[in-house]
Amino acid sequence: MSKTYQAGVKEYRETYWMPDYTPKDTDILAVFKVIPQDGVPREEAAAAVAAESSTGTWTTVWTDLLTDLDYYKGRAYAIEDVPGHDDAFYAFVAYPADLFEEGSVVNVFTSLVGNVFGFKAVRALRLEDVRFPIWFVKTCYGPPHGIAVERDKMDKYGRPLLGCTIKPKLGLSAKNYGRAVYEVLRGGLDFSKDDENVNSQPFMRWRDRFLFCQEAIDKAEAETGERKGHYMNVTAPTVEDMYMRAEFAKELGTPIIMSDYLTLGWAAHNSLSKWCRDNGMLLHVHRAMHAVIDRNPNHGINFRVLAKLLRLLGGDHLHSGTVVGKLEGDREATLGWIDLLRDRFVAEDRSRGIFFDQDWGSMPGVFPVASGGIHIWHMPALVSIFGDDSVLQFGGGTLGHPWGNAAGAAANRVALEACVQARNEGRELEKEGKEILTRAAQHSPELKIAMETWKEIKFEFDTVDKLDVSHR
Amino acid sequence: MSKVQDYPSRLSTPESRKFGTFSYLPPMSDDEVRKQVQYIVDKGFNPAIEHTEPKFARQHYWYMWKLPMFGETDVDKILAEIEECKAANPGHHVRLIGYNNYTQSQGANMVVFRGPVE
Repeated sequence: MSKTYQAGVKEYRETYWMPDYTPKDTDILAVFKVIPQDGVPREEAAAAVAAESSTGTWTTVWTDLLTDLDYYKGRAYAIEDVPGHDDAFYAFVAYPADLFEEGSVVNVFTSLVGNVFGFKAVRALRLEDVRFPIWFVKTCYGPPHGIAVERDKMDKYGRPLLGCTIKPKLGLSAKNYGRAVYEVLRGGLDFSKDDENVNSQPFMRWRDRFLFCQEAIDKAEAETGERKGHYMNVTAPTVEDMYMRAEFAKELGTPIIMSDYLTLGWAAHNSLSKWCRDNGMLLHVHRAMHAVIDRNPNHGINFRVLAKLLRLLGGDHLHSGTVVGKLEGDREATLGWIDLLRDRFVAEDRSRGIFFDQDWGSMPGVFPVASGGIHIWHMPALVSIFGDDSVLQFGGGTLGHPWGNAAGAAANRVALEACVQARNEGRELEKEGKEILTRAAQHSPELKIAMETWKEIKFEFDTVDKLDVSHR
Repeated sequence: MSKVQDYPSRLSTPESRKFGTFSYLPPMSDDEVRKQVQYIVDKGFNPAIEHTEPKFARQHYWYMWKLPMFGETDVDKILAEIEECKAANPGHHVRLIGYNNYTQSQGANMVVFRGPVE
C-alpha cells in the first residue's frame, strides 16, 4: 500500500512513538533521561528524540517515500518516571541494526548523540545506557589483550595490580622523571604512568622520556625479579606522531603504552588499539574530558556508556573512578560500570544504573583503574570494592611518602598484599582494615610511617551525579 | 620518626628479588598457608603446585609438580603435596596456584615456601 506525499510538519509521535513495539535482539537500545520544554508532552518529546537520533528531520520530504522509513526509523517504545525527579522521564528507544555500520562506534554515536542533543523540544537530554546487540559487539575490535592475557604477560595473579602516576605532572626533565619511575618500580609497584597531559613538551620530549623510563623499567625488573611497565603516553597531535611514538616504544621492548581516548578521538584510538593487538602492546586508557560529558546529571552521556564504548573501541585498562578518593564516584554506579568493563554478561540492575542486559560475547575484559586522591588507608576499601581484576593507582599516595618513592611503593605493596591475604582468609576488609594494616606495618617500617603520614586525610564531598533510584 | 630511612634493595643482593603475590609479606606460617589453600578450595579453583631454583624464578614456566589437582577439595591432601614437593626439591621456591578455568587465568598464585637465595 503506497503512501501519498504531503508536505508539511507532522507530530513526531505519529511516526516515532510505538508503545506496542517489542524490541528485537538485533536492535541497538538506548535510554535517555529527557527534560522536555514546558508544554511538550512526554510522548512527543520521546518520539522527537527517537526521530532526531535516527531517520527524522523536522519536515516531511518527498524522498522519504523512496524508501521504507518504517523499517529504518528509531522507535520510542517506552517511557518511565525518573525516581525523585518531577520534570524528567526516561525514554527508551530501539534502533534497527541496518541503521549502523558494522564495528563503528563512531557511527553509532554520531547518530545517538548527534543533533538530537541540541534539539529545541528538549531542555536537557542525557544518554544513560546503551544495549549493544551481539552482532555489533562481534564486529568491534575490542581490547587488544584483555585482563587474562595481561595477567599472563605480566605474570601477576590473585591480586589487584598497583600503579602510580608520576608527579609533578609537568615540568620534570626526562632524566629526573625516569628517576621517579625507577624508584616506584623498585619499591614494588607493577606500573607507573605518564600523566595524561605529558605528551612531548619542550621541557621533556617524548623520545627522551621513553628512553629514560625504559632504563628505569629494565633496572627495576632486574632488581626485583618482577615484571614492570610504565604507561608511555603516545597521545599526540597527529595520528602519524602517535604511531611514531608507539613504534619507538615497541622497539624499546616496553610492555605497555597509553592514550587518552576522548581527546585523541575515537577513530584514532580505535586504530591505536588495533595496532596494540597486532604489536603485542598493552594499552592503558585515560579519560580526560569525561567529566565534561558525564558529570551533569541531566545533560550529556553517563560514564557507563563511555565505559562500554571504550571496551568496544579497545583498551586493556580504563580509569573508572575510585569511589573513595578525591574524584567523583557514586559507589553503586561505579560498581555497575566496572562490571560492564570486566564481565562476560551483565544483567539489568537499576540499583546500579544498568538499564539493559549486556552480552559481551567473547570480548575480553578491561581492567578498571582506580586513581586519584587515594592512599594507604583506602586500601582495604579499594580491595573490597574493586576485587582482584583492577589497577589501583596511588600518585601522591606513593610519591608523597616521607622517605620517598621506593618506600611509598613498598608501603602500598605491603598494604595491598596484607589486605588480599586477609580477604582470602575470610576477614571483612572494610571493618577490620585498621587492624590488618597495623599488623602488616609491624614488618614494614615503610607502611608504618605511611599510616602516620596520611591518617587524617579524608575526602567527603557529596557526589554531584548520584543515581536516581528512589522517590523523594 | 622524622628520620628518613634508606630503601635497601640492590641488584647485588639476591634477597632483593621478589616473586609475586605475598612476597612483600613475611613468609606464611603453616596455619596461614592452610587458610589460603582453603580459599582456593572455597572459590572452586583447581589447585596446582610448581617449583623452581630461586635463580630462575623470573621465568614464566616453573617446573610443574605432577599435574594440577583437578577437583581436589581436601585441604590436607593439598598441603601434603606441598610438603612432598618441598622434600623432593630441596632449596627450591614452591608456589601454590589456583587455576580458574572459567576465566582461563590463575585466581591465586603465591609462593608458599621460599628457597634460600644464593
